Amino acid sequence: MANPEHTSQSQPQLRYALLVEWGTRIGLVVLALSFIAYASGLVPAHVPLERLPQLWSRSVGDYVAATGTPTGWAWLQLLHRSDMLGLAGIAILSVSSVVGLLALVPMYAALRDRSFVVLCLLQAMVVLLAASGLLSGGH
Amino acid sequence: MRINRLHVGAPAVRAALLAISLLPAAACAQAAAAAAPAGTAWWLWPLGLFAACFVMGIIAVPAGIGGGTLFVPIVGSFFPFHLDFVRGAGLLVALASALSAGPTLLRSGLGSLRLTLPLALLASASSIGGAVIGLAMSPALVQTLLGCVVLTIVALMVISRRSEFPVVERPDALSQALGLHGFFVDGASGRTVHWQVHRTVPGLLTFLAIGVLAGMFGIGAGWANVPALNLLLGAPLKVAAGTSGVVLSLVDSSASWVYLHRGAVLPMIAVPSVLGMMLGARLGARLLDRLDGRVIRRLVIGVLLFAGLRSLLKGTGLWA
Repeated sequence: MANPEHTSQSQPQLRYALLVEWGTRIGLVVLALSFIAYASGLVPAHVPLERLPQLWSRSVGDYVAATGTPTGWAWLQLLHRSDMLGLAGIAILSVSSVVGLLALVPMYAALRDRSFVVLCLLQAMVVLLAASGLLSGGH
Repeated sequence: MRINRLHVGAPAVRAALLAISLLPAAACAQAAAAAAPAGTAWWLWPLGLFAACFVMGIIAVPAGIGGGTLFVPIVGSFFPFHLDFVRGAGLLVALASALSAGPTLLRSGLGSLRLTLPLALLASASSIGGAVIGLAMSPALVQTLLGCVVLTIVALMVISRRSEFPVVERPDALSQALGLHGFFVDGASGRTVHWQVHRTVPGLLTFLAIGVLAGMFGIGAGWANVPALNLLLGAPLKVAAGTSGVVLSLVDSSASWVYLHRGAVLPMIAVPSVLGMMLGARLGARLLDRLDGRVIRRLVIGVLLFAGLRSLLKGTGLWA
């Protein structure tokens, strides 16, 4: 079943791999740096570290009520707090695939592959809809 | 490399070493949670979580199971964190692992973007619904259902038979229309293997259901993705495993936002888990040829069986 003409995967697949790889690297670096700042106490946290053992066994509703932790996108206003900065790394990881998907749209369009243009757009919309907070009640 | 000089003995000894690392870690965590005085240093828990995830990462690779699948049952049963935060962290563990592995899988052809997109679209949409429902359910109900899911995973691990190169004589109309086929170079034989899939509609419906479970329990869904891709759709086993990882990266990207928006992602739980699991998985990959996969698999089945029963009994109030 050897087929020498196939030496590489499709261009859209390789482009997607490259963009996701870089998005993941950036997300993990932000996550690690923010955690060092958080755990070392270098940057003050919204919820003091010493309080966590009394809080992390409670449900998320109780935790949010007890700490005044913002829901939805309100955490962006607290990016100067190290625990909230960690959420930025997580957000970068969660959108890295969207960047890759949107970059594929013109490539599939040039190949006249309409079904995959639609699939990429729909998949990006699903992730962005989740990110908007409209469906999760956290808007 | 120091690790290459390590002498690891008979399979039973190796399994015992890992069991010694994992089970007591979990049991001690549980005991400590019950007995910990109010003044216990906060950093002991993240440190213990990092160590437990490191061990889980090591055994996940030779056991052929995603680290995310181990994370929620074990951490949810044996650590003092509420299941809401454990599920949020579990999704991130699965997401970070899938995103890290995805590019390599896609470049080698073991992961197929064409096969991923239709399946992931339905699974990621349903995972949002699963996450919303999961966060609205009572903790007891979540524990009970999680116990049932984990015991189902155990049953699947015991009984499922996999086919390395399933025979797909003719792709169905939808598979043909979407061009769901590809190739990869098999490292074992050096051959270029071409593949195609069939039963696309049942496959799509299956992934719709898998997405709900992934979002609801924050559990990596590789245990369900791989059999669905391999046995139902007819993808070669290696393509099924590789594509499962790419599907997971999209599904968990969607579901993780729900947990993030609700405040159910605590960096102090999520970050040590992600780092421990990723470092452990790297070591596990290097130890792959030194550890007996069958022994590790039996060990994982034993641990999951215990964690699943514990979750079920905890949810039903029989073991508080």
